Amino acid sequence: MRFMVLVPGNAESEAGEMPSTEILEEMTKYNEELVKAGVMLAGEGLHPTSKGAKVRFDRGTPTVIDGPFTEAKEIVAGYWVWECASRDEAIEWLKRAPFDGGTEIELRQIFEFEDFGAELTPELREAEERLRDQVAERE
Amino acid sequence: MPATATDRAIEAVWRIESARLVAGLTRVVRDVAVAEDLAQDALVVALEQWPRSGIPENPGAWLMTTAKRRGIDELRRRAMAQRKQELIGRELEILQQLDQPDLAAQVDDVPDDVLRLVFMTCHPVLSQDARVALTLRLLGGLSTPEIARAFLISEGTVAQRIVRAKRTLSEAQVPFEVPGRDELAQRLSAVLEVIYLVFNEGYAATAGEHWTRPALCRDALRLGRILAGLMPSEPEVHGLLALMELQASRLRARVGPNGEPVLLGDQDRARWDHLLVQRGLAALRRAERLSRALGPYTLQAAIAGCHARAASVEEADWPRIVALYDGLAALTGSPVVELNRAVAVTMAFGPEAGLALVDGLADDPALRGYHLLPSVRADLLVRLGRTAEARDEFVRAADLCANDRERELLLSRAVACGA
Repeated sequence: MRFMVLVPGNAESEAGEMPSTEILEEMTKYNEELVKAGVMLAGEGLHPTSKGAKVRFDRGTPTVIDGPFTEAKEIVAGYWVWECASRDEAIEWLKRAPFDGGTEIELRQIFEFEDFGAELTPELREAEERLRDQVAERE
Repeated sequence: MPATATDRAIEAVWRIESARLVAGLTRVVRDVAVAEDLAQDALVVALEQWPRSGIPENPGAWLMTTAKRRGIDELRRRAMAQRKQELIGRELEILQQLDQPDLAAQVDDVPDDVLRLVFMTCHPVLSQDARVALTLRLLGGLSTPEIARAFLISEGTVAQRIVRAKRTLSEAQVPFEVPGRDELAQRLSAVLEVIYLVFNEGYAATAGEHWTRPALCRDALRLGRILAGLMPSEPEVHGLLALMELQASRLRARVGPNGEPVLLGDQDRARWDHLLVQRGLAALRRAERLSRALGPYTLQAAIAGCHARAASVEEADWPRIVALYDGLAALTGSPVVELNRAVAVTMAFGPEAGLALVDGLADDPALRGYHLLPSVRADLLVRLGRTAEARDEFVRAADLCANDRERELLLSRAVACGA
C-alpha cells in the first residue's frame, strides 16, 4: 500500500527559514532509516506559499490568487510517499518521526489500481478505457 | 477472530524490527535458528504484555532485551535440569554472550548485521528454494503461511524448508559475515538472484490462474531497496533495483480487465506507474555511474529504460537495445537472451533478420519445452504474412505454457491467424 504523509507548514517555514542543523540532522537520520527499510519512495519539501498560487474555479472562470496563503492550517510544507504492508506499519513508522510541539502529521492512503476492486467491474473499466481513448483522440 | 488494534500494531512493529532483531541476535549467538527462536519468544511476550501495558517507546530495543532475557532463562533452565558440566560447550558459549549487559546498545551499533544476514540466507550451501524461503521469512518478515500462499505450496512444505535450511546453515557452520573481496562478486550475485527470482515469480507467474502476483513483486522490491541502502556502492545492486522498479512500473498496465495479459506493445502507457519509472531511471543512472563494465542486471535495466523513455514500442531506440542485448548475450551466453535479441533485431532491422536468428536457436536443448520460442517464431511469421505456419507455432506455444492466462492469449492469437 502506498501512503502520502503530509507535513504542515508553520511561521518559520512560511518565512522561508531553514530548520536548525539539529533538526535537519534528525530528519536526515530518519529519512535514512526509511530508505534503508525500503519504505520511502519519495519525499520533498515545499517552498513557502509566497512563491505559490491558488487557482479558484467558479462559474467556468478560473481566477488566480497569488500566495502567500493565510490559512495556516491548510499549508503543506512537505510530503513523503511511502510503501508499507499495512496502515499500521505506516503509523508505526510515522510515530518514529522527529516532530514535536503539537505538530500534527497527516497520513493518507494513496488510491491504487487494485483499490477500485469489485466496484470497477470489467464493463466499467472498459467504459473508462473507451473514455481515455476518446480523450486521446481529441488531443 | 478479528485482530485488535494492538495486535495489528505489534504485527507492524514486527515487520519493521524482525530482520534487525534476528540479525543482531544471530551475531551474538552465532546460530540463526537459535536467534529466530529467541526473537519469536520475544514476540510472544509482546503479544501477551503490550495489549495491557501499551507499546513501549522503543519497541526494537524492548524486543531485543526480552529476547536476550528469554535466552538466558531458557539456557539456565536447561543448565539446572542437566548438570552444568554436561551443558554442551556451544550452549555455554551462547549463555556467556547473552549475559553481556549492554547487548541492546551493542546491537544498535552494528548496521551491517542485516547485510550479514542477507549473505547468510542466500548462502550457496542452501538450495535455491531454501534461500528464497529463508530470505522472505527472515528479511522480508513474511510468515510461513504468507510464503506458502505466495508460491502456491503448502505451509508444511515451507515450514520444513525453513527448518532444514537453518539446520544446514548450523551444520555447515556458515559464518555470520559479509564475504571478503575475493568472493564478494560471486556471493552478491547469489543474493541478487534470490531477490530477482521472487520478483519474477510475481511478475510472470510460472503457474496458477493469475498472470501476475503483485504482492511478490512488492516483497522483492522492498528487499532490493533495502539492499541498495546497505550496499550503495555496488553497481549491480542498483542495476537489479532499476530493473525491478522499471518492470514493476508496468504491472498495472500488464493485466487486462478480465485478468488477461497485455503485452508491451498493447499497453496503455498512461497506466504505467510513473513514480516507479522515475525511481527506476534514477537507480539505472546510479548503476551506470558506478560501473566500469555494465553487469547483467544493469544491462537488462538499460533495455527496460529504453522502453520506459519511449512513447511507443516502435519509437524505442531499437539499435541501442540490440547493442545492449549483444552485451548481455556475451556476458550470459543464455539462449533466452539470444531469443530476446532476435526480437530486438526484428524491431531494428526487420522480421527476416529476426527469423534467421530464431531458426538458429530451434535446436538449442536449453530452449526445448520453452513456450516463448514458438511464440516468438509465430510472431515473426505473422509479420511475414505466413499465417498458417504462425497458427501452428501459436498452438505449439500454448501446449508448452503452464500459465492459464498466458495460454488463453496464445490460443486466441492462434485463432486470429485463421483456420
